[in-house]
Amino acid sequence: MPSPTPAKPGSLRSEQIILFRIGEQLFALSSSSVQEVRGADSLCGGATEITAPGVEKVRQFVRRGHQTLFIVNGAAHFGLSAREGVLAFVLRNTRTALLVDSIERMTAMTRLQALPLSFCHEERRWYRGLTALDQTVVPVVRPEGFLSDEELLMLDASLPPPEAWTEEEETAEERDADLGAELN
Amino acid sequence: MNAMTVSTELELKSFVLLRLGDRRFAVAADQTAELVAPSRVFRFPHRTPKIEGVILRRGRIVPVCDVAEKLIGKYLTSRRFYLIALRRYGPRNEWVALPVTGECELINAELTAASASDEPHVAGWLSHAGDVIEVLSLDALTPGPDEFATSPTASEPPTAQPTHRNDAEARP
Repeated sequence: MPSPTPAKPGSLRSEQIILFRIGEQLFALSSSSVQEVRGADSLCGGATEITAPGVEKVRQFVRRGHQTLFIVNGAAHFGLSAREGVLAFVLRNTRTALLVDSIERMTAMTRLQALPLSFCHEERRWYRGLTALDQTVVPVVRPEGFLSDEELLMLDASLPPPEAWTEEEETAEERDADLGAELN
Repeated sequence: MNAMTVSTELELKSFVLLRLGDRRFAVAADQTAELVAPSRVFRFPHRTPKIEGVILRRGRIVPVCDVAEKLIGKYLTSRRFYLIALRRYGPRNEWVALPVTGECELINAELTAASASDEPHVAGWLSHAGDVIEVLSLDALTPGPDEFATSPTASEPPTAQPTHRNDAEARP
């Protein structure tokens, strides 16, 4: 019988991650991919409603300067029976603000295992891979995996006319205060 | 010459017999890694049928694939072990954990090739202790990306490429 391949030796490089929950489910996300952490009320206060057929996980968007951020209900995205989250992660280099329930903690991972090829459906777009932390396996989400190009096209096509938009206005100091408060 | 031909045709191969409920199935021994006691199954959202979650084994994350529903028409209600088997994805092998009931047994037997009328998951047949037993093709029985054969890395995330056999890890 084939023997298991031993773990590779060598220096370990770590990556800072945020562990967060949607319902009871624990996920990880690279902290470098989070631009802001906001209270959902704070973010959604300046949001505009949107209805895009087939993209029910997005019901609001926020306009920021030239960018449109779509607010994604994390529970709906993953098919979890959880209420809409109370925190919003604004994800860097994406047009996604992700609603989650809570931040568990920040930590570091030293190893990311590719999602096994047995997983062969949408989850391959959702996750960068899996990591083991404290004898628990946590999926590491892919920031750009919350909205596909097709979904973004449908959302863009469903945007209401600009006169119906609410422009979000907030100073950088306020955003920094939000981020610090949530991560501490 | 005739004697050599007969000898080749009757060559015995090693198989692991596994039990699912009341039935027994076989997997080629060179496609199995080990038999392990049940451990915690970690579940997370996904859309692949038959995959229950993953277990941690020797520092590796191994998907758990319940093949009982397909093979015996019902899910296992009691599990005693996981048979860790090697599943081929093109040139790559990965571990998959198959929940089984009862002990597994290593035997030597002659393989009878599957016929065209057999289901895709049947790699062949063997006779053992008065029973005719299906030899399973894990490649057909367990899920995997259809496009893998034509595009080996099409569905692989760019930052987490497996590098060697089951060594599907990457440094962050």
